Amino acid sequence: MMRLSEIFRADGFLRKVFAMMLKEVLQLRRDRITLATMISIPLMQLIMFGYAINTTPRDLPTAVLLQENSDVGRSIIAALKNTKYFAIKYQAKTPYEFDHLLASGKVLFGVEIPANFERGVRRGDKPALLVAADATDPVAAGSALAALSGIVQTALVHDLGIPDAGTPAFEVRTHARYNPAGKTELNIVPGLLGTILTMTMLIFTSLSVTRESERGTMESLLSMPITPLEIMLGKITPYVGIGIMQAALIVGAGVLMFHVPIVGNFFLLAVLTTLFIATNLSLGFTFSTLAENQLQAVQMSMMSFLPSMLLSGFLFPYAGMPLWAQYLGEIFPLTHFIRIVRAVMLKGSTLADLQFDTAMLVLLMLIAMGIAVTRFRRTLD
Amino acid sequence: MQNGPDIVIDVEGLTKSFNGRTVVRDLSMQVKRGMIYGFLGPNGSGKTTTIRMLCGLLTPDSGHGTCLGFDIITESDKIKRRVGYMTQRFSLYEDLSVRENLEFIARIYGVQNPANAARETIERIGLRGREEQIAGALSGGWKQRLSLGACTLPDPQLLLLDEPTAGVDPKARREFWSEIHSLAAEGLTVLVSTHYMDEAERCHEIAYIAFGEILARGTVEEVVSHSGLTTYNVSGDDLFPLQTKLEHTQGIDMVAPFGNSLHVSGRDAKELESSIKPFRSDKKYKWEKSEPSLEDVFIDLMKRSKDNFQ
Ligand SMILES: Nc1ncnc2c1ncn2[C@@H]1O[C@H](COP(=O)(O)OP(=O)(O)O)[C@@H](O)[C@H]1O
Ligand SMILES: [Mg+2]
Repeated sequence: MMRLSEIFRADGFLRKVFAMMLKEVLQLRRDRITLATMISIPLMQLIMFGYAINTTPRDLPTAVLLQENSDVGRSIIAALKNTKYFAIKYQAKTPYEFDHLLASGKVLFGVEIPANFERGVRRGDKPALLVAADATDPVAAGSALAALSGIVQTALVHDLGIPDAGTPAFEVRTHARYNPAGKTELNIVPGLLGTILTMTMLIFTSLSVTRESERGTMESLLSMPITPLEIMLGKITPYVGIGIMQAALIVGAGVLMFHVPIVGNFFLLAVLTTLFIATNLSLGFTFSTLAENQLQAVQMSMMSFLPSMLLSGFLFPYAGMPLWAQYLGEIFPLTHFIRIVRAVMLKGSTLADLQFDTAMLVLLMLIAMGIAVTRFRRTLD
Repeated sequence: MQNGPDIVIDVEGLTKSFNGRTVVRDLSMQVKRGMIYGFLGPNGSGKTTTIRMLCGLLTPDSGHGTCLGFDIITESDKIKRRVGYMTQRFSLYEDLSVRENLEFIARIYGVQNPANAARETIERIGLRGREEQIAGALSGGWKQRLSLGACTLPDPQLLLLDEPTAGVDPKARREFWSEIHSLAAEGLTVLVSTHYMDEAERCHEIAYIAFGEILARGTVEEVVSHSGLTTYNVSGDDLFPLQTKLEHTQGIDMVAPFGNSLHVSGRDAKELESSIKPFRSDKKYKWEKSEPSLEDVFIDLMKRSKDNFQ
């Protein structure tokens, strides 16, 4: 083990980091498969998820429950039928039947027009239009929900001459069943940004040290006057660039294709994304120093990637998890990053709002680097 | 040209075990500046392990010493900066070109103009025209040259070459050795391990290691004369039946075929003489007293050491 001061005092620190960096870039340039993977993973994922998001749902089986017999009700149903989103399969006669259709999975969507809805609309009471969604498919349900309100409003203005006051004449009271956090594409792009970066960054650096050991080049490298810190920084830095490229690809596609807004400061988003990339790279490098071969390194990456995906709040709402799982979630960079991205992109939060998550990312990065530098085997013992 | 101690390698009592098996035992060694020091021994005798301990790649279990005046345990950073280590297995980057590999090394060692240094090295090792070739695509002999070029590029004071000529054709071996000699002439100290006996003759001094212990050391002549072996050279037709008979005769320690003759050796000259007397009357064979070859000496040393072990 060596002391930190000793590491920094070593002469030619930057020069050696640069030499290592250049070497990695040259190797990377020749490694066509890795390069292709790094570009194609985000693209593939985006397209796969993108379809689910983008194909604003088509022909979602829908049940309708009319609690009153009114023009408004008929008009809404007609509007729903006219869109390609909903396929009205059933007109339920009782609330019991309505529930059963949803529970059995015969429909994914239920629209209930309560009694006195029309009167309420005309009087400006903003009555509730009850919508039940089977949110086990949160993406589909989410987008349909988002579409619904607009459709109904247009129908009312158009057919009934109810003035468009800018705000809807009714309230959509959503009840997302089975998955209370019915999600939308707005959540998926930030989540995807975090998970794709976690996966690729972890895997690529986790291989970097074990690869040298397995190819036998470690013996040469260790016989040269270069310190573990120099090796680490030299190996991590090129991947920061690649991570930024991936991030730009995902965010760019999110904005262009899926119209995800960037409400907050773009620069802040870029800086914090870079921090997140560096944190994952450090973590991957740590795995690389602990693993004995490339297979182990990949396994370790997966062991940390899967729980971080499950516990980060990407797939399941963080607030809905048991307390122990929430605490566990805090140790994963992804958890903090997803909070940061959602907050910056969707809510326009500033750094001041994100102090805790930013500090956690920095802390996790330093811990990972500390472990990596001390655990790095400087001999072949 | 170089400053530093006159004894470049000075270690004592180095011991190293892996998983409870002692691989190098109580090894001491002194190498003077400007020497080509041959480190001979069969495969698995501990040559690589010893070299790795000298340059800080392995920590000895016990023992101590210095390399270029620096402590091998606490000052390996300083040693690494001044030593060129050529690994037994090719350990440069197979996916980088010749030039890129050399420039990388030049940068790590802080050589003034890396591109220039790489070009000079390429010139020196005769790899011109192959600068942009991927190292992994080079033939064995060229890889060896590149490795030697790489470890001499940062202008080291000591070269540790671990079986640099293994698996290389005779012409390339000869060129390799003349390169080593010219490096030594410039003042470099070279420790070179090999399991080819004939290469011992090309060294100023040798040490013979088997089973992790140095069994003999000195110049080739010293090693031969200290062996205490008496050897007869037997020539004639149809030597094989004679060889079988001699092998089972008391007082004869070793019978080894050498081309068209047999080397018959014994540790006790008197005993050997009396043992071979009955065979000498056969006029089919011609007996001549001769010097034991280095190989006779090494095989005998190994046998004796093995007997001690078991
Ligand atoms: N890292 C290691 N772990 C376990 N055994 C080893 C290791 N390195 C070498 N050995 C063993 O030590 C012995 C000596 O090896 P080595 O020094 O490579 O011999 P040489 O270079 O003379 O062929 C061999 O039996 C080898 O198997
Ligand atoms: Mg060896």
